Amino acid sequence: MPVTTMRDALNQALREELARDANVFLMGEEVAEYQGAYKVTRGLLEEFGPKRVIDTPITELGFAGLGVGAAMAGLRPIVEFMTFNFSILAIDQIINSAAKMLYMSGGQFPIPIVFRGPGGSAYQVSSQHSQAIESWYAYFPGLKVVMPSTPADAKGLLKSAVRDDDPVIFIEQERLYGLKGEVPENDDFVIPLGVAEVKREGTDATIVARSWMLPVAMKAAEELAKDGVSCEVIDPRTIRPLDINTIVESVKKTNRVVIAEESHPFCGVGAEISAAISERAFDYLDAPVKRVSGVDVPMPYAKNLERRAIPDVAEVIAAVRAVSYL
Amino acid sequence: MPKLSPTMEEGQLSRWLKKEGDKISMGEPIAEIDTDKATMEMQALSNGVLRKILINEGESAPLGQPIAIIGEPDEDISELLKATAEKAPAAPASPAKEDQSPAEESAPATKESEPAKAAAVPPDDPASPKVPAPAAPPSRDDGRQLISPIAARMAAEGGVNLKSLQGSGPGGRIVKRDIEAAMTAKPASGSTAPRLRAARVPRSDGKGVVYGPSGYRDEPLTQMRRTIAQRLVTSLGPVPHFFLTSEIDMDRAADMRTAINELYPDLKLSINDIVIKVAAAALIQHPQVNASFQENTIRYYEHADIGVAVATENGLITPVVRGADEKSLMEIAGEVRELAERARARKLKPEEYTGATFSISNLGMFGLDEFTAVINPPEGAILAVGAMMPRPVARDREIAIRQTMRVTMSCDHRVIDGAVGAQFLGTFKQIMENPLYLFLV
Amino acid sequence: MSSQLTERREKLSTPAGNAAGVLEAPADGEPEIRKSSPAIQEDRETLLKIFHQMLLIRRFEEKCAESYSLGKIGGFCHLYIGQEAVGVGSISALRDDDYVITSYREHGQAIAKGILPEAVMAELYGKAGGCSKGKGGSMHLFDKSVNFMGGHGIVGGQIPLGTGLAFASKYRESDQVTLCFFGEAAVNQGAFHESLNMAQLWKLPCIYICENNQYGMGTSLARAMSLQNVAEKASAYSMESEFVDGMDVLAMRRATQRAIKRARENYLPTLIEARTYRYMGHSMSDPGNYRTRAEIEKYQERDPIKIFTATLKESSILTDKDIADIEARVKEEVERAVRFAEESPEPDPSELYANVYANPIEN
Repeated sequence: MPVTTMRDALNQALREELARDANVFLMGEEVAEYQGAYKVTRGLLEEFGPKRVIDTPITELGFAGLGVGAAMAGLRPIVEFMTFNFSILAIDQIINSAAKMLYMSGGQFPIPIVFRGPGGSAYQVSSQHSQAIESWYAYFPGLKVVMPSTPADAKGLLKSAVRDDDPVIFIEQERLYGLKGEVPENDDFVIPLGVAEVKREGTDATIVARSWMLPVAMKAAEELAKDGVSCEVIDPRTIRPLDINTIVESVKKTNRVVIAEESHPFCGVGAEISAAISERAFDYLDAPVKRVSGVDVPMPYAKNLERRAIPDVAEVIAAVRAVSYL
Repeated sequence: MPKLSPTMEEGQLSRWLKKEGDKISMGEPIAEIDTDKATMEMQALSNGVLRKILINEGESAPLGQPIAIIGEPDEDISELLKATAEKAPAAPASPAKEDQSPAEESAPATKESEPAKAAAVPPDDPASPKVPAPAAPPSRDDGRQLISPIAARMAAEGGVNLKSLQGSGPGGRIVKRDIEAAMTAKPASGSTAPRLRAARVPRSDGKGVVYGPSGYRDEPLTQMRRTIAQRLVTSLGPVPHFFLTSEIDMDRAADMRTAINELYPDLKLSINDIVIKVAAAALIQHPQVNASFQENTIRYYEHADIGVAVATENGLITPVVRGADEKSLMEIAGEVRELAERARARKLKPEEYTGATFSISNLGMFGLDEFTAVINPPEGAILAVGAMMPRPVARDREIAIRQTMRVTMSCDHRVIDGAVGAQFLGTFKQIMENPLYLFLV
Repeated sequence: MSSQLTERREKLSTPAGNAAGVLEAPADGEPEIRKSSPAIQEDRETLLKIFHQMLLIRRFEEKCAESYSLGKIGGFCHLYIGQEAVGVGSISALRDDDYVITSYREHGQAIAKGILPEAVMAELYGKAGGCSKGKGGSMHLFDKSVNFMGGHGIVGGQIPLGTGLAFASKYRESDQVTLCFFGEAAVNQGAFHESLNMAQLWKLPCIYICENNQYGMGTSLARAMSLQNVAEKASAYSMESEFVDGMDVLAMRRATQRAIKRARENYLPTLIEARTYRYMGHSMSDPGNYRTRAEIEKYQERDPIKIFTATLKESSILTDKDIADIEARVKEEVERAVRFAEESPEPDPSELYANVYANPIEN
């Protein structure tokens, strides 16, 4: 199987879906002539033309709403936010229009739209450009929220997201764009939404990790294995709807769980997973659920502070040791 | 000083098994402690190096007093030394009378080693210093025993007595590995073997010969238990029965009986005697079955006082074999015969036919396959024993003829739930089919 | 003021095209209202249909006020009384397959676009027979079958959506146009400016109709908007615009027809400012203390139904008997709507969980 970066895997997914369905179009800031701020959309303008690959003004609320309106009329827009930080400007259209349209119209208007772009921590861009806001979107019924951690997942999940009839928030991690992995070239390669994957099997503790934290968790599991601690690493991949069963089954086996996330802890996805575990697997827990989260402060600029603000391998290891009473 | 017995208030350090500077791994015995009951091994609760011994051999310390410091080889322990010196009572030999319940004090080694834990992250990671030291374990002073949910469940299923355990988690929390250790520490540890706890409970009064009624402890009814009881009573009457039946392969028990009777022909050991002994052993494994429903509590008995139904000309009477869990088969056989004879002669004293914790009714001599018996309140259950006879059974996908016996247990549902009764009956069946277990406990 | 803006203003000042009934664009303050309606070009059937719709909406909304006060209708309920000419006049110029999208004051436009009064009233009653199955309520009327793309509750939220509908028409190379209604208060929202910029930039067939009823809830235009002539704001985006007497249904119809021509033939957007007035409070819970009785009465002199009745009578298209007949018919229609709403069952409890996702995933 060919090895590609997550950036190119996403590019393949976009290319294949644009080619597959004439109702699919891509819009966003710098997606066309500039070839994408992060080069995810490289070559697409050339291949599909300006009608289907559209540079927008810097007007997030406007083009997000325009996309939702186009979806009401039956098109299948892919709206790129240069980063999800800017989606905050568009959030009225995402929450109040996209997420609720089907429901408040009594089922008449599905909104098949994908909002995608990089999210989570970046490198030294300080508070406004480096943050994880998936819990905002995951909060709302009507939205689906996807966060891939490998190139193959990125491709398979993005293709599913485009084919899905509901609004999908697809959060890529800028730090992972260069991550390489095997990616099927097959046009029909899709990964269903709402299905977690056990990325590593283990018996002593479960680590639930998504997006940027997945490789961190895998490294931690590797280190812990050297000390004889066997970790099971689960990537939910889709945050909403959350495949809680896979997590619960794992916890029933290992009795201990660490949830690793780079987002703030308060009201975060990890808090939700933790609550679900205590509701469904309380009698299987040998230790309180442990979260490893980003520090509860705005992201600092200075390199040393930034490094401390984002959980790392050592923190995940320490958390696993804590829940294992080691 | 860890709590190593239910009643221990202080311990005497009889022997250090490690010396200062020795490397210690978790679970390794580091010292022997004399408690009020016995000499116990104290296990290390964390990894590290034994940095400092604070209590010498022969000296005593109250529960909770630091007796040693375990840490990283190069860790600065001067502050700790100062603190422990201040904390140590002036007269360590005097019984500790602090407000804190002794059970809540975790072994000091755990606390002392917390910084070492924090430093245990791989040193090659540059960011490791930012890992905050885990917070000190919560010290509890409300008398609660801390236990993780899975450990609680395993203990209930495995019949592990939590009171006898010292938790190794933070704040003395009993965690999964403590239960696993408690269960594997017993000799019968085969995968299919019943997890035998103590088959005999030492009499707390120390008298081994004179058997009065069993001691007990009353536990308040939980709201759930109360609701279950109320609903079942509404549905089924004052003692809501349910029934559990099991067919038991008796080949080994029958062989054993034959062999024993060949050795001691006068003994006339009966299958029912073995049933009594096995039931007693299983009851000690399943204290929830050796229990009765009281108005606001459930009473758990320490010993298995087994009522044995005896048919007399005047009707049914159930003389009680006291402390059957502690008695040998020989004692039981003799006692049952003697009690039965006196029952038929109407010479039993009231205290000899009341106050059983569990009863057995055997109508096997009438050739019955199986039947159900009525619970004799306030007992929680009665076992109805059918005839042992050759029956066709499937063995290794073949039809074989084996001696089997069917037993049906009637349970008071206010006390015993289906799963609990089934687990008891499972243990009963396992021991009965492999009666050699009786010699192990 | 930039020279471009001045030029734009002059353009507006000349009667846009040859449209009679277009108001003089005011330099500031109150526009001068022309008393003359545009010349009648429509056949009698069309005119009667327009008259009937205006009257139906008026009576329907009066019934809503009554039902609301009886507790039959809950939540927010924004009535259209006084503004009928804007919705009816503009929508009368559409084809059936054109889109209409609007704000939360949309009962009138929903009926004008073709949703049955029964389905609207049942929706207001929160019944299963409502056009949104009772899940949207007064602010969220939808009907896909007549391309009524919803009432939307966040001020200005529908403007990017309408722009997207127009985008889809152009993407498909269809000549459908979109009428996108909003109140003047929405003009202060970023969504308005972002949308108009994109619509003109990409040449999208969207007709933006600002229903300037002069109050954003309780705040008058003068207290909320630095440049109060909304139509002028189109010049910031080089967009065509018109300033229309929103009390004159034929003026509304003509202005919309001109905008539709631009949209269908050249994918060009237009901003229409319709100066109008609402007689009722912002919503049913608004006592309206921020304006005087005299002010309301002044506008009621130019009541859109009154003006149109006069026009039709002058032209001998409508007799008093016709009016009486139509009144009777409307009364019957409104009663039928109420009856339907009363009799319609409540939504099945299972509807609570239906329609959250088009492709639900069980977990």
